Amino acid sequence: MAADDGTAVRLTGLRKAFGATEAVAGVDLEVRDGEFFAMLGPSGSGKTTVLRIIAGFEEPTAGTVELAGREVTRLAPFERDVNTVFQDYALFPHMTVEQNIAYGLKIRKVPKAERRERAHAALSSVRLDGYERRRPAQLSGGQRQRVALARALVNRPRVLLLDEPLGALDLKLREEMQVELKQLQRSVGITFVFVTHDQQEALTMSDRIAVFNHGRIEQVGTPAEIYERPATPFVAGFVGTSNLTNGFSVRPEKIRILAEGSPAESEHDEAAGTVAEVVYLGESTRFIVDLDSGGRLTALRQNLDADATEVAAYRGRRVLLRWHRRHNFAVVQST
Amino acid sequence: MKLSRRARITVRIIAFLGLAAIYLPLLLVLVNSLNADRSFGWPPRQLTLHWWTDAWASTGARAALWTSVRAGLGATALALVLGSLAAFAVHRHRFFGREAVSFAVVLPIALPGIVTGIALNSAFRTVLQPAGIGLGLFTVVVGHATFCIVVVFNNVTARLRRTSGSYEEAAMDLGATTFQVYRDITFPLLRSALAAGALLAFALSFDEIAVTTFTAGAGVQTLPVWIFANMARPNQAPVVNVVAAVLVLLSVVPIYLAQRLSSDTK
Repeated sequence: MAADDGTAVRLTGLRKAFGATEAVAGVDLEVRDGEFFAMLGPSGSGKTTVLRIIAGFEEPTAGTVELAGREVTRLAPFERDVNTVFQDYALFPHMTVEQNIAYGLKIRKVPKAERRERAHAALSSVRLDGYERRRPAQLSGGQRQRVALARALVNRPRVLLLDEPLGALDLKLREEMQVELKQLQRSVGITFVFVTHDQQEALTMSDRIAVFNHGRIEQVGTPAEIYERPATPFVAGFVGTSNLTNGFSVRPEKIRILAEGSPAESEHDEAAGTVAEVVYLGESTRFIVDLDSGGRLTALRQNLDADATEVAAYRGRRVLLRWHRRHNFAVVQST
Repeated sequence: MKLSRRARITVRIIAFLGLAAIYLPLLLVLVNSLNADRSFGWPPRQLTLHWWTDAWASTGARAALWTSVRAGLGATALALVLGSLAAFAVHRHRFFGREAVSFAVVLPIALPGIVTGIALNSAFRTVLQPAGIGLGLFTVVVGHATFCIVVVFNNVTARLRRTSGSYEEAAMDLGATTFQVYRDITFPLLRSALAAGALLAFALSFDEIAVTTFTAGAGVQTLPVWIFANMARPNQAPVVNVVAAVLVLLSVVPIYLAQRLSSDTK
């Protein structure tokens, strides 16, 4: 057993089989203290199972789980210093908001006065002062989400686990909560490990991301590393839109669209072609270009001046695509 | 669904006739319990409370009522324990033969009472009697429990299906042990379903006659059995009417409460 070395969660050789299917097929991972860590992947990639193993709801078939240097693989959920925010929030419907939040403290026999005080403070930290007496059924989706956060954070766990925390919210609220979650995490200084299938959410909020696929981790890194230097074709394709050509790739927003015959620039790569499709996205436009050399590239351009009619006129036009060489990244075909 | 005017009126008439067919005879029993005419001539020429005082004084009816209450309480208690345990097993766990168990638990409510009665009667006499336990109130309780379990099981299963299992995981995540989870979360969420199931179970037991006839020992007479035995006696008929009227009024209470509890989602 390792000593407490600033690692909040350490997973070693983790495997979990459900019958014949292996949901987690060998995961090694270290989450540092105080990190905002994302486990990103499509549904069925094993990320939620890994979260449930950390929480103690599932026992791994093989491998170990360490929390702050202590092995907890076979311990029950109530014996671990982690708390979970569930995807459906799981607020107890027969209790008030305050009773929900104070439940963990009550179980740990915290005196009543302190319980009340800490519940109020937790509610205040998620900007829901005055909601103590409400029932979960009387709250909106966003408010329930915040109560679920307060109920977990009030226990001051070593690690907070969040299962698709924003999945049930509409887009606008989700974007607000992304910022709020990030600020909350900084102010409480607790390690957050959250599961999401939304690459945008992972890139926006996390310090580091682990990309899951078929029960394995494809890459671990900062959002910039994951986005700019994806290690595998899967990561390149799952995170952001990517142009996969033979062995190398370049992100659509790095590509400039020029008129044919523009003077050459050093350190740049270029390709001539014909615009096959123009997709107007409001804030930007996506151009799909058939290259003379074969294959196609997607270029993304902000609609700084251009309006929908102007960009639509590009269809069928001859263009020159150009980008700086440093944006090229090699993609190793995984076997 | 939108119905034509004609269809709407037809449906209303059919519904009205259906309800009338059920409730008019019950009303007749109530009126007849006040009918001064011993042969219940219609319409009643004179009303009286005489039969009500007679019924109150009837020791046979009172003893039967008490037996019915004890049998009902016993069967309900047994059904609550076994029915909710079965519901938990079937709903929370995956095991071989799960569907079969669920089917086997629900089946007795559809079995004709007389079949259950005969089967239990021979089982009790060949197995329990030699062991020193004869037919009596206890065997009635067991007999009633076979179908009372079903209503508890169905109520609890329906509630479990509606409440997500993550409540329990959440409680455990917040530090609660298995027992604390049951005490603070599972039981409070099931409470109203259990109460509704118990009321229905009691009501079922209270008016049962076929199984009771075959499982009751000598001297054990529940209220429905007493009514059946006394109906044919001309001098007891007015008292039977009163007892029937009382039962109608009493059964309104548990059904009303059970419905309110079932619709309550909290």
